[in-house]
Amino acid sequence: MKKHATLEANEAVSSVACRLSETIAIYPITPSSPMSEFADVFETRGQKNLWGAIPRVVEMQSEGGASAVCHGTLQSGCLSTTFTSSQGLLLMIPAMYKIAGELTPFVMHVAARSLATHALSIFGDHSDVMAVRQTGFAMLASASVQEAHDFAAISHAVTLTSRVPFLHFFDGFRTSHEVQKIETLDDEVLRELVDDDARHAFYRRALTPDAPSVRGTAMNPDGHFQAREASNNFYTAVPGQVQAAFDRFAELTGRRYSLFDYTGDPEAEKVLVVMASGGETVDETVKYLAAKGEKVGVIRVRLYRPFDEAALLAALPTTVKSIAVLDRTKEPGAPAEPLYLDIVASLNEARDTGRLPFDMPRVIGGRYGISSKEFTPAMVKAVIDELDMPEPKRRFTVGIEDDVTRLSLDYDPAFSIEPDSVVRAVFWGLGSDGTVGANRNSIKIIGEETENYAQGYFVFDSKKSGGVTVSHLRFGPDLIRAPYLVSSASFVACHQFGFLEKFDVLESAMEGATVLLNAAYAPDKLWDKLPLEARQAIVDKKLKVYTIDAFSVATDAGMGGRINTVMQTCFFALSGVLPRDEAIAKIQEAIKKTYSKKGDEIVRRNFAAVDMALQHLHEVPVPGTLDGEPRAATVPEDAPDFIKRVTAVMMEGKGDLLPVSAFPVDGVWPTDTTKWEKRAIAREIPAWDPDVCIQCNKCVMVCPHAAIRAKFYDKDLLAGAPPTFKSTDFKMREFEGAAYTIQIAPEDCTGCKLCTVVCPAKNRQEPKLKAINMTPLEDLRAAERENYEFFLNTIPDPDRSKLNHGEVKSSQFLRPLFEYSGACAGCGETPYVKLLSQLFGDRTMIANATGCSSIYGGNLPTTPYAQNGDGRGPAWANSLFEDNAEFGFGMRFAVDQKTEFAQVLLAKLAPEIGENLVGEILDADQSDEAGIEAQRARVVTLKKKLANCSQREAVTLRELADYLVKKSVWIVGGDGWAYDIGYGGLDHVLAQGRDVNVLVLDTQVYSNTGGQASKATPIGAAAKFAASGKGSAPKELGLMAMQYGNVYVARVAMGAKDSQVVKALQEAESWPGPSLVIAYSHCIAHGFDLSLGMEQQKLLVNSGLWTLFRYDPRRIDEGQPPLILDSKEPKVKTAEFMRNETRFRMIEKVNPERFKVLAEEAQVSATHRWKLLEQMASIHFPEEAAATTTSED
Amino acid sequence: MNLQTNYLGLKLAHPIIPGAGPITGDVPHARELEDCGAPCLIMNSLFEEQIVKEQRAAFAAVDEMEDSFAEALSYLPEPEDYRLGPDDYLSRISHLKAAVDIPVIASVNGISPDGWSEYPKLIAAAGADALEVNLYHLASDPHESAAEVEERLLSSIRTVREGIDIPVAVKLSPFFTSIPHFVSQIEALGVQAVVLFNRFYQPDIDIEELRTEPKLRLSDSSGLNMRLRWLAILHGRTNLELSLSGCIHTPEDVIKGLMAGATTVQTVSGLLKHGPQRLRELLDGVRTWLVEHEYGDLAQLRGCMSHQNAPDPEAIERGNYAMVLNSWTAG
Repeated sequence: MKKHATLEANEAVSSVACRLSETIAIYPITPSSPMSEFADVFETRGQKNLWGAIPRVVEMQSEGGASAVCHGTLQSGCLSTTFTSSQGLLLMIPAMYKIAGELTPFVMHVAARSLATHALSIFGDHSDVMAVRQTGFAMLASASVQEAHDFAAISHAVTLTSRVPFLHFFDGFRTSHEVQKIETLDDEVLRELVDDDARHAFYRRALTPDAPSVRGTAMNPDGHFQAREASNNFYTAVPGQVQAAFDRFAELTGRRYSLFDYTGDPEAEKVLVVMASGGETVDETVKYLAAKGEKVGVIRVRLYRPFDEAALLAALPTTVKSIAVLDRTKEPGAPAEPLYLDIVASLNEARDTGRLPFDMPRVIGGRYGISSKEFTPAMVKAVIDELDMPEPKRRFTVGIEDDVTRLSLDYDPAFSIEPDSVVRAVFWGLGSDGTVGANRNSIKIIGEETENYAQGYFVFDSKKSGGVTVSHLRFGPDLIRAPYLVSSASFVACHQFGFLEKFDVLESAMEGATVLLNAAYAPDKLWDKLPLEARQAIVDKKLKVYTIDAFSVATDAGMGGRINTVMQTCFFALSGVLPRDEAIAKIQEAIKKTYSKKGDEIVRRNFAAVDMALQHLHEVPVPGTLDGEPRAATVPEDAPDFIKRVTAVMMEGKGDLLPVSAFPVDGVWPTDTTKWEKRAIAREIPAWDPDVCIQCNKCVMVCPHAAIRAKFYDKDLLAGAPPTFKSTDFKMREFEGAAYTIQIAPEDCTGCKLCTVVCPAKNRQEPKLKAINMTPLEDLRAAERENYEFFLNTIPDPDRSKLNHGEVKSSQFLRPLFEYSGACAGCGETPYVKLLSQLFGDRTMIANATGCSSIYGGNLPTTPYAQNGDGRGPAWANSLFEDNAEFGFGMRFAVDQKTEFAQVLLAKLAPEIGENLVGEILDADQSDEAGIEAQRARVVTLKKKLANCSQREAVTLRELADYLVKKSVWIVGGDGWAYDIGYGGLDHVLAQGRDVNVLVLDTQVYSNTGGQASKATPIGAAAKFAASGKGSAPKELGLMAMQYGNVYVARVAMGAKDSQVVKALQEAESWPGPSLVIAYSHCIAHGFDLSLGMEQQKLLVNSGLWTLFRYDPRRIDEGQPPLILDSKEPKVKTAEFMRNETRFRMIEKVNPERFKVLAEEAQVSATHRWKLLEQMASIHFPEEAAATTTSED
Repeated sequence: MNLQTNYLGLKLAHPIIPGAGPITGDVPHARELEDCGAPCLIMNSLFEEQIVKEQRAAFAAVDEMEDSFAEALSYLPEPEDYRLGPDDYLSRISHLKAAVDIPVIASVNGISPDGWSEYPKLIAAAGADALEVNLYHLASDPHESAAEVEERLLSSIRTVREGIDIPVAVKLSPFFTSIPHFVSQIEALGVQAVVLFNRFYQPDIDIEELRTEPKLRLSDSSGLNMRLRWLAILHGRTNLELSLSGCIHTPEDVIKGLMAGATTVQTVSGLLKHGPQRLRELLDGVRTWLVEHEYGDLAQLRGCMSHQNAPDPEAIERGNYAMVLNSWTAG
């Protein structure tokens, strides 16, 4: 009997790859990471491969490392695999040439993804796999979850017999993350497919001293060429071997594939050629049109390399007259994209050699689906229709509107081929409300508990807090082959009522569809709360509306804000996919399966939610009145034109509609744009009590989103203040008589509570209250919005030159130039970035490594780096993950060069400019804020003087003049970058001695890709690829940098000692050589309530696991020990810190003995490291002397 | 001298028991206690509230973060064998049973009907010789009457009793309007013993930080008298075995407890302060005292100073108060 499972391609592929491998070397990268993580899970479970061994998994420092490990294991006779995507695949290219050149059986599975060009994109297309088509790997393309499962097996089987390594790929996200019901391959089928003789032959070719050989030689012109040709026959044989494997596979499973599969009318005149998931859409559309009598067909390319021309010709119908080749990649400047060129070359050669069994067809080629752009039947039809044109576009794009080069094809979005038998549902949820998880469960229930086929696909926005998720579900009696979003749904659920105010939620509802709204209103009052657009849609489409107050139900059931189970139950009750009782029973079974190991309590509460949901589900009366308020404009009228035309459209989720002309041509976007995106995602925000406040500004310091701010100002300004604006006397003696305000940005706050926990001031009458207290957003929103506007726009920023930038309180009056990012609520990284922007933002260039900080720092539509009143602010750029240190070094290199040149010109032009001014500029002291301001003023004068000079050198100096003002270069990234993939570059950059400042936001784990272990991961912490708790101590990056002697190094933790952080950043910036600041950042990957993040940092430092220090080379000249310890001798047991975080605690819960051992090792390590640092802190240069120096608290 | 004592259907070598506390739950300490002459062990309590909190915290930390961001659908590895329920406690029962030859009495504190029902069954199945039901409860709800509180507690005991066959003791707090009446209701439910009394965490106040600081202060002998009084009142008025818990620090404390009517006495703080060998010191001290005072066995002194047998029972009921009144003279 056939076995079914409902899963995503990443799991389907990994399950096969692990059963057919012995060693696996990986490096996490989206969207392939889950394949690696499943391999890790299988290893943890002790799941064996086909031959009885547990495949071992190793996480390396980069994809370059992972591919090199594979090269080594393969040469040493171990069947190996890896999983990757995008830039990761590019880093593997050197090893791929080697592996292929040495004819090594090997399979890599690639979730194909865009390459970073004008911007990074995590989404799917073929630009990565097309960039390695020349390496000598065979390339097999899967179009669906089922195919990915099947072709994984085919790849592993054929590589053994052919000796040619295989790259098996499928579309990132669209296939890798799509959940589908598939038939699974059991071990017996795999055993039948894999040739044991070939496997043993592979083993026998292993590098071994028992039968020595030499490999990787260097060759000269005499033989290299011939040797390169020596493997030709192996490549020639591959297509036949793949087809033979396909045929054997069909015998075993009934699923038949060919090198080029043809579908459509046998006498088709128009044929499309396509590869991977787009083929599913074309296939279904072609069948639909052929059934209506159109002479159309599709060739689906399975084996792309080696390219079998004969098989292509054999697959094409002899009636073909025109062909459209669809490429999911872009090669600027090329005559066309690669698949097109391959097809044309094949046809031409066949014609020239007389092997073309039909007249040469007309061939056109186009791009589609770049970066997961939707590719729908409507677009397929547009391509087919284009072939009917007398003069079709020879090169085209489809799926976008290209109003610049007019390459795009028009299409009719209303064209649909989806049969009525398929139930389609769309769910709008918040990342944190569990909607996606519930839908995964629903798909599994339908797929595994009914005869139906089921498909689930989940769309996330790029915000890490308050992110919107849209789940697209389909189910029906036949296999679902629709790799595109649901646009016409019979069921639409909106799990957050507020979405109706922001998005066109009901757009996807078909006529007569059922709509389920989570709302806090009584059913008979709901209509009045709906925006006009929603009412119109309900009336026009005759929608049936149901509602439930899911938050109340979930709260009563003890589920907090998790409404997933409540809404899932309602979906089953309304959709009728299963009889109600049966559905409830299945949901309960699923709950048990999902949560039973998490504890009875979680199961109990979910069960209660199921029971209560049905009692509170109500139909909504539809009066049909259309007199409501329309949705408010996404951005206000006074927003800049670009924001209104482009950014706002993207914010509404309608970016697909923007034409090519709307976009910058070079990836350069304006900064200062998050201020236009008022998300209002907090349920509670802090409210300030001026009577209790001690004006320490610590709340401002820790706010990850710059949503709480302080100013002092002239009291006269209060005359125009809104009525609820709060103010009190400023308590700083130097500014006596001024007023002081702490102001909340109500619609930018994420409600993380870091500020209220860190606030040291308690209300004496009611000590449970502090100077800031969480209060329901809706109670304050309108008033505080007005207050915030007054605070920002009417009250001036305090004068920077009058503030001491070296201490916490004053630094928090400096305007943050990093605000309202999409970082997680309670993020531990962004307070550092914000502080950096406050201190130096107006003169800072940032090179940002890929990772969390590049996503919250630079993911569109809006970005958080802001500008001050003069229009200055951080200039930010991301190159890649691995090269960030070098990228930032390049910035410094360039700035230094330009400054130097400007100084040369300045000196040269001194007679014209004036010796005094030139002397002042060249000798300027820019070591503090006042000095920089003075220099800026001089440069203004200089520019005025140069304005009328027409000398070539004067014109050049005018261009360069701004470089005479100090620029601060910061290289920012996470520990994954600094400790692992970017370490080689970082080390080299530090060794160069130039004035770069490195800020490492150390979360001790790969946060952005979901918690994989890095070399910063501490002993005892569970992380992916260290599921049993990391057994070794983290790398001492700080000590490694100190050994250069001329690098300023600081280790900081804001929650433990905020004053040290300010001091360290100031010292790092002012040190004219390289500086490295390693900043401990709590993270959701640590598994605890982040409102306590700063408290936990205190405990961390007190436990000795993160000793605070500063190593300042300047102190050597002062006769002082360069290393200063800023924290005291550890006084708390490491286990006390560890037990507060799930990453450690889960080890104790799974294996208490191991926890005990690891906690003890952590203790010993902490003690040793403290002792080491303590002794180092007593070392004087050049003379020996003195005792430990510990700074004052 | 024969100090043999029957308690909860168990034949104990003597009546001085290491009570539920931090050192009775792990194997090395249990072995040490056994070596020091412990006749049985009472494990620290399995707190349902703690389990629930742990489960909820793990859920919040792990599951609530899932599926919210495309690149990171989860942040922590999914453990295969997550022991967030009572598993750890249950496995400790079996480890203790395997490690020592003396009986192991488990202890449980529930907060929900399910907890009171399920955990005792699991504990019994894990091999505990008896169960102490720890009615750790603070009546803080102004809408719940004393009778309602009592009924709720009785219902919990009933649930436990009906679910398991091993002997059951009920550990009480001193805060009941009528302890004898409540004990008689407990007796009707078919349990074997009551334990007097639980000691609560006593929150302290940090006057600088305006913070409540939960503290569990170790006991001293000063709280003994209150226990002696209630033992004396109950002895002979109930058929339940009585166990004295708390404030036992000297051999004399033990003797007093037995004289007031205790079947067994439990000591925790003394063992925490002085280590497991304290148990032997108590035992030796009691033996010496009995020999010196020419007692032949425990039956001679057990309950001799109870309300029923004491020479001046009125002093048990009002003694201190009367004495204070009598000693006070105006002007």
